[in-house]
Amino acid sequence: MTQKKKTGTRKAPAGHTSHHEESFWSKYVFSTNHFVIALQYTITGVFMALIGGYMAYVFRMQLAFPGEAVPGFGIVGPGEYNNMVTNHGTIMIFWVAMPVLIAGFGNFCIPLMIGADDMVFPRLNRLSYQIFLLSCVVIIASQFVPGGGFGGAWTAYPPLSSEAGYSLTKWGQTLWLLGVALEFVAFLMGGINFITTTMNARVKGMKMYDIPIVVWFIVIASILFMLSVGPLIAGAVMLLLDQFHVTGFYNPALGGEPLLWQHLFWFFGHPEVYVVLLPAIGVCADIIPVFARKKLFAYKIVLWTAIATGALSFVVWAHHQFVAGIDPRMAHIFTVTTLLISIPIAEMVFVYIATLYGGSIEFKTPMLWALAFIAEFLIGGCTGIYLGSTGTDIYFHDTYFVVAHFHFTFVPISIIAVFAGITYWFPKASGRMLNETLGKIHFWGTVIPFTFMFLAMFPLGMAGQHRRTSDYTIFPELAGWQDWRVIITYCLLIMIAFQFVFFWNVIWSLKSGKKAEKNPWRANTLEWLVPNVPPHGNFTDGFPEVYRGPYEYSTPGRKEDYWPQNVPD
Amino acid sequence: MSFEVPVATTRSSTGIPTGRLGMWWVVASEVVIFGGLIVCYLLFRLGNDGWGGEASFTIVPAGALNTFVLLTSSYFVVKAHKLIGEGDREEAFKYLWYTIACAGIFLLVKTYEYTTEITEMMHHHTNEDGHMIGTFPVFWGFYFAATGLHALHVIGGAVVIGIVSFGVKKGENLQRVEYVGIYWHFVDAVWIFLFPLFYIAK
Repeated sequence: MTQKKKTGTRKAPAGHTSHHEESFWSKYVFSTNHFVIALQYTITGVFMALIGGYMAYVFRMQLAFPGEAVPGFGIVGPGEYNNMVTNHGTIMIFWVAMPVLIAGFGNFCIPLMIGADDMVFPRLNRLSYQIFLLSCVVIIASQFVPGGGFGGAWTAYPPLSSEAGYSLTKWGQTLWLLGVALEFVAFLMGGINFITTTMNARVKGMKMYDIPIVVWFIVIASILFMLSVGPLIAGAVMLLLDQFHVTGFYNPALGGEPLLWQHLFWFFGHPEVYVVLLPAIGVCADIIPVFARKKLFAYKIVLWTAIATGALSFVVWAHHQFVAGIDPRMAHIFTVTTLLISIPIAEMVFVYIATLYGGSIEFKTPMLWALAFIAEFLIGGCTGIYLGSTGTDIYFHDTYFVVAHFHFTFVPISIIAVFAGITYWFPKASGRMLNETLGKIHFWGTVIPFTFMFLAMFPLGMAGQHRRTSDYTIFPELAGWQDWRVIITYCLLIMIAFQFVFFWNVIWSLKSGKKAEKNPWRANTLEWLVPNVPPHGNFTDGFPEVYRGPYEYSTPGRKEDYWPQNVPD
Repeated sequence: MSFEVPVATTRSSTGIPTGRLGMWWVVASEVVIFGGLIVCYLLFRLGNDGWGGEASFTIVPAGALNTFVLLTSSYFVVKAHKLIGEGDREEAFKYLWYTIACAGIFLLVKTYEYTTEITEMMHHHTNEDGHMIGTFPVFWGFYFAATGLHALHVIGGAVVIGIVSFGVKKGENLQRVEYVGIYWHFVDAVWIFLFPLFYIAK
């Protein structure tokens, strides 16, 4: 091993060439191969997205047609409604956005893009997925215990989350907390792997500024996650003890303080937004130059901007608590930091637009998704300004304006950017091209209903429609808006229906799609060097050497319009 | 399930061995967990003058003894690392087990403390019929959460040192002595914060 290190690791790993046939279990279930683990995470994440989507369908049907039995569920009472809303939010963030964007794309991209044969700690990687899978089982199981799943909102504020007498879900609340805690443990392990791998296992010649942006962003996201989740883990231990009436950390009657949870939760919760945003925006940063055939505008600035965003994200959390009784002077400080953080994000958007400017743009499906990400995220970002300012937030707080705002950030992150990544790397992962026509039908069928669905929620919020209420027709001043709710629900049904196009596209392409070339998008990064469906050990023809950054497209004086990182001249 | 170490693990772009780098990130993630808990405690403590009275029930001599035991154990683990460097694996194995013995003493003392404190508290918070009144005050919540979490880390560390020690005996994975040492120092350092905060500050 040491011998190989000295000779520049150009030779293929000896052990991997002589692989005997592995059984199904050791190859797909207990594998330590990063590519298999990436698939496991992505498929599990998509499966959880179906559950989260089903929950959205159930509570949207209740809102549009209150009191009527929902096909496939039944009557949705207030308890079930709260359960569905809570677990929809929890699942979509912790079991969809994180596993797919960080763990799925991270496991796929990092070793391939930095020219490594695997993660540096493959067995830790496997353990991380297994704990994650266990957390999925726990959160799904929480639906089937007496009292049903937890219904105290994904933010789990005490006393709703600590007192079974209030939440009415004695078992659900504890299982929810355990599930989330296990998920955190899984991602801490994964994060340590991502950071260490990128720091230490880069191929010969790959300097810091030669690392593709998506790898950088997943690493920064992992560091943010690691540094922000600690206090919440401590807080979760405290909440667990409170739930069993051993302690009273969050109970004022016993000398505790319910606001403490809000601080701990949002100290994690706000960086968490950037934990999922950065990989998503990184995927787009890697896709846009490929389909614009142009160098990424200002690589170093994008990178340092992300680092600045990460640092700032630790000092904005209290903008979630403007109405929770915090000192107004503190609220002013948090208003300033919150508005400051829009600067680096706006700058990233400008960089992408500058990358597009003057490029020869190909509107392939991945590019459409990446462009849609920017457009939709912009709406989310701009409406955030109203919520970051105390004056307007006090009015908008906990209304549908907030719901619309964060869906315009989270749907681009966990749906649009995920589809951008899946459609972009599908040829490498499967060896087949996806069907372009079906891909475009799926794209427009997802993005258009999504946009109308959540645009309609802004006026609803401004009209005073509060979140987490199962039936608005009982409020005279809100009953008149019922048509809007029905339209939103129809938009959701259309959006869900179009997802079948995607699944059909995947199944059809896997069977009879066009065979993909090794580098179908003519991209520069190293993952396109390995054979399609990367084998164990990835670089079977020996490790490459890196000579330049990843975004050299349309370089003047070169015959080809791309210049792979491993090509000397 | 045979397992081959990938080439990636043997690379070192930063010049730091991968295992050591990974261990430092583990420590970083642990620092924020304990950091969060300790900062919460501090903020509560500053806002509640009455907690000094509660703190007077913690047993300072026992805490001081445990501080001494843990610091000694850290010395043993450093000694084991040094002996590995000198190639004396037999002796290193012995010192790793001295470390585990210290962890055992620490946990025994902790058990004694918990028993005494819980009995005491039952005494103070029980009515005439022998029923608990309410729950433990928040100071004790923090005390048991912080020292309990720390004790779990001591147990975990002792188990891992045990596993590493058998590797040392066979001459495998000798670099792990250093990594487990980093972790053990961290466990020690956490106690250095917990001892003054929960025992000395009355």
